Amino acid sequence: MAYSDKVLDHYNRPRNVGSLDKNSHDVGTGMVGAPECGDVMKLQVKVNPETGIIEDAKFKTFGCGSAIASSSLATEWLKGKTVDQALEIKNTDIVNELSLPPVKIHCSVLAEDAIKAAIGDYKKKQQVTAKAETVAVQ
Amino acid sequence: MKLPIYMDNHATTPTDPRVFDAMKPYFTDVFGNAASRNHSFGWEAEEAVEKARKQIADLIGATPKEIVFTSGATESNNLALKGIAEMYAERGNHIITQVIEHKAVLDTCKRLEKNGVRITYLPVRQDGLIDLDQLRAAITDKTILISIMYANNEIGVVQPVKDIAKIAKERGVLFHTDAVQAVGKIPVNVIADGIDVLSLSGHKLYGPKGVGALYVRRRNPRVQITAQMDGGGHERGMRSGTLNVPGIVGLGAACEIARREMAEETKRLSFLRDKLQDKLTQELDEVYINGSLEHRLPNNLNISFAYVEGESLLMGINDIAVSSGSACTSATLEPSYVLKALGAGDDLAHSSIRFGIGRFNTEEEVDYVADKVIDVVRKLRELSPLYEMAKEGVDLSKVVWAAH
Repeated sequence: MAYSDKVLDHYNRPRNVGSLDKNSHDVGTGMVGAPECGDVMKLQVKVNPETGIIEDAKFKTFGCGSAIASSSLATEWLKGKTVDQALEIKNTDIVNELSLPPVKIHCSVLAEDAIKAAIGDYKKKQQVTAKAETVAVQ
Repeated sequence: MKLPIYMDNHATTPTDPRVFDAMKPYFTDVFGNAASRNHSFGWEAEEAVEKARKQIADLIGATPKEIVFTSGATESNNLALKGIAEMYAERGNHIITQVIEHKAVLDTCKRLEKNGVRITYLPVRQDGLIDLDQLRAAITDKTILISIMYANNEIGVVQPVKDIAKIAKERGVLFHTDAVQAVGKIPVNVIADGIDVLSLSGHKLYGPKGVGALYVRRRNPRVQITAQMDGGGHERGMRSGTLNVPGIVGLGAACEIARREMAEETKRLSFLRDKLQDKLTQELDEVYINGSLEHRLPNNLNISFAYVEGESLLMGINDIAVSSGSACTSATLEPSYVLKALGAGDDLAHSSIRFGIGRFNTEEEVDYVADKVIDVVRKLRELSPLYEMAKEGVDLSKVVWAAH
């Protein structure tokens, strides 16, 4: 199978590889996929609680080149966006940007799911923190 | 050293230049139809075909009259299974095979099932070998044929063919073997092994594509096969169609070279394979070899690099031609059914690479391949959330995955 230049570029120079502290209250972690399906993505965002802007994003992916490229691209796009803007990223945007063939569309779906999972995790933490603060004030 | 490196010799092999030289005259100068009985063009073609028939028979311990030419091993397997099922239908309607056969056998069996033949698909043990007790237990008074491959095309394991043949003979059942990966690579002898019907292919042993043969035993017992192609009644009525003379000459030449050079070549290939295996297993942690090490073709290495997905690994070693059992590299989007049958888990099937070392690979190439694979596996593990979790001590089998 021939890969698009953009997939090859992300595969050869993956952006934002790494891990953030998953226990930190301003970090949201999303982990999607399963090893027996051949792809697992871990995507993390670090959000400024004051502004709601994603200041850092990291990923690690077990999967084919297109899965690696989709998650690498996602981290690039996430940085600088607000959490609500991040939720607007659609898998079709990733398909178009990377010129993914039909058999690789599931990689882009996985990346969208990973974004949603990471933001969801962050929001859940914020609610817990907010609740804790309310309790503390009382 | 020239790039890219071809190390996928279970898929196909290049035609040996000596084989190609032998074939050349039969395209233009000696172009006759081997079935033309009334002029020298036909006689010369027939002579070449009969010489090749003997070269093939000599390699596997058969007699020339027991060799039927086909278009390749897929046809040979189809002819053997369908032809025997049809010929022996009155005696019984049960065939025993195994789950890790090539699709040419499995899909032929599926077709036969639709026509009322009962098929038993034996499982394999974790080392890829069949369990002989299970084989014995599967035989009924309706069983007409056991079809078990000699050596597997993915994991290179060599089945206990002699034992299988003995069991078949005791029970009066015919034994067919798809020996595509074995013939020309390891000693195969239809008499010593007790094989009744055997499939082989030209392009897996440095011969041309588009030619193969079926060995059909003529004595003790005399095996009969119903033709599956109607026409001029060539090949003693078993396979009609004008003979592919250049291809057949090439297959004969390839068999003769294999017979003469097999002992030396086996030594060289197993040295190279062992070197590749040692380098990979010494430099990398968590690598698993799929299939028996003891009962294995000398040129095969099938290995899983845990926490690394096969297609992404192939992408990183794009100047090396090898295969992966990963779903992403297959048309069906399913991981290798052979590796799944070993019970190792789908994750290791996704992480597998098959190396098939061949006659024209050099030690320098093996070193290059080993270094490159080690390098890319390390890089991809840096990228792998699974490797990170495993290093943190997480038991991945206990994680509840958000599968999609």
